[in-house]
Amino acid sequence: MKGSLSRLAGLVLLALHLGALFAEFIAPYGYADQNRDFAYAPPTRPHLIDDEGRFHLVPFVYALEPDADGRGYVERRSERFPIRLFARGDSYRLLGVFPASRHLFGVDQPGRFFLLGTDGLGRDLFSRLVHGGRVSLFAGILGAGIALLLGTLVGGLSGFYGGGLDRLLMRVTEVFMALPWLYLLIAARAVQPLDTPPARALLTVVLILGCFGWPRSARLVRGVALSAREREYVRAARGFGASNLYLLRRHILPRTAAVAWTQGALLVPQFILAEVGLSFLGIGVNQPLPSWGNMLGELQHFHVLASGWWWMVAPGVALIAVILAYDLVARGATVPAYDPATRS
Amino acid sequence: MRFLLRRLLHGAALLLGVSLLTFLLIELAPGDYLSRLRLDPEVSAETVELMNERLALDRSPAARYLYWVGSLARLELGYSYRTGEPVLGVVATAARNTLLLGGLATLLAWAVALPLGIWAAHRRRHWGAVLSRGASSVLLAVPDVLLALALLLFALRTGWFPTGGMVSLEFERASALGKLADFAHHAFLPTLALVLVSVPTLFRHVQASFAEVLRSPFLRAVRGAGIPVRRRILRYALPAAANPLISLLGLSIASLLSASLLIEVIMTWPGIGPLMLNAVLEQDAYVVLGGIMASTALLLVGNLVADLLLYLVDPRIRQESR
Repeated sequence: MKGSLSRLAGLVLLALHLGALFAEFIAPYGYADQNRDFAYAPPTRPHLIDDEGRFHLVPFVYALEPDADGRGYVERRSERFPIRLFARGDSYRLLGVFPASRHLFGVDQPGRFFLLGTDGLGRDLFSRLVHGGRVSLFAGILGAGIALLLGTLVGGLSGFYGGGLDRLLMRVTEVFMALPWLYLLIAARAVQPLDTPPARALLTVVLILGCFGWPRSARLVRGVALSAREREYVRAARGFGASNLYLLRRHILPRTAAVAWTQGALLVPQFILAEVGLSFLGIGVNQPLPSWGNMLGELQHFHVLASGWWWMVAPGVALIAVILAYDLVARGATVPAYDPATRS
Repeated sequence: MRFLLRRLLHGAALLLGVSLLTFLLIELAPGDYLSRLRLDPEVSAETVELMNERLALDRSPAARYLYWVGSLARLELGYSYRTGEPVLGVVATAARNTLLLGGLATLLAWAVALPLGIWAAHRRRHWGAVLSRGASSVLLAVPDVLLALALLLFALRTGWFPTGGMVSLEFERASALGKLADFAHHAFLPTLALVLVSVPTLFRHVQASFAEVLRSPFLRAVRGAGIPVRRRILRYALPAAANPLISLLGLSIASLLSASLLIEVIMTWPGIGPLMLNAVLEQDAYVVLGGIMASTALLLVGNLVADLLLYLVDPRIRQESR
């Protein structure tokens, strides 16, 4: 039961990450495409039955136009725009390489299909959500990757060599663990001016996350390395004249893999949340590049929160789903050790 | 006693190290406090030059860091570039507010998580225990940001709670009781957000820790001796389960501070979070440094308190450090 749940969570994660990878295909519009005439449009309603009561097999949408007092939008019922699968739209490069212009779904111009509505600049929120997922999910994975690499390096060296090096490295680790790290992240992010290009800002955020997040994995890896070093077969190999490098590569590091994997599954959601926090505060990934953090950040303006609260639903639900899924995957990997109460 | 002294010395060294690191980070950032003024066509070059000199920004980084260390001794922690005030006063007020919020939330969170966790460990299969385990899993997956935004939306929609600040404008004129009520009114939502963020983790650990102790042979013996359940849990299980929980108290302060930063910003609570954020955006270097110092100090003191509690509660540790 528990195993199948975590396998399901793994599949959900796979689907989400693939969706983020192929964001240009999934999203009907570009993340920065503005429709100034349709600012703060509510989600476009797909219809099956038209005004004459006729039923259409293919769902369709109506074009929007500003309503009488100019504060909302009404549907212009004169023309129908059927929703097409694999619709031709703006051209893009799939995975940054293959030129393409098909999108998973879309409607013909001048119709617009805003699945989740638009933001203040009339940008399609669904497209931004999908592209933002790419930023947030991969910021988490890359950050966790860097942190694991550093942690394995420090922990492995510390546990394998022991002695003075071990004491020094563990002191440093303790210091890093004792820091209020979100505060430090903020200070560290200031190294780059706020108007840096989004790609560089993202890279900075990822690097900072990785450089501050390694201590816990270092501690765990050190423990494993320490016990592996004293195993008979390792001592035997050493007795046969194996070099340190060989021992590390052949015997020590493979043993730490299990710990590193679980730690990774725990770190990724933490880092996703850290990226969301930073971008929410306006010092992480910046406009026009979307991330789930800076999408939520728009809600800091009271007028947005008061009128368009449903804005937070999409990135919020996506975040909760991702965190839950990672949690289940991590638990699936560690059921015996995670919660002593579930063992019996 | 010697243990305490050593810990304090370690803490001081750590603070100094962190200050150096932070200062380096701020120095690495391009531009300084005056960069924006330089771009402003309404501010003349002479004014900027004058400010540059007055704020001592024209001195070398090393000189400014040494100045800061010196001002540490004068209990100033440097000065704010924006207001010219000594940083200590500004940071102390903010730290007090953060501490007020964090302390209140910690107390309430433990008051909820401890009994609930014990009960859920004692009656594992009760529907209430299953429900609270499920609820804590779900709550754990809700990001702090989202929780705070949802509560803010609630305040905005119902108008039952203020949407920001710590006290209202009429605070000074109110009676003592009125002041308390006003503060409670403002503190309710931020505290609730922080409690909701921290309860799930605490609950999980309390429950796991008690489940293990309740299964141990000595408690089965206690049960066999016919000692009533209340006494069994309070007198026998609680001391045995306390050790990891007190360590958790120390460890949870770090995550509490992080959550508190976001919640303070969203609910405009005048704590260290908004202070630091604004200072970083304005490159008000000494205030950034002060904010980092204050949050690190809060963390260190919290850990120290947890360790001292551990020392008091756990006889094994007392034996060890003798």
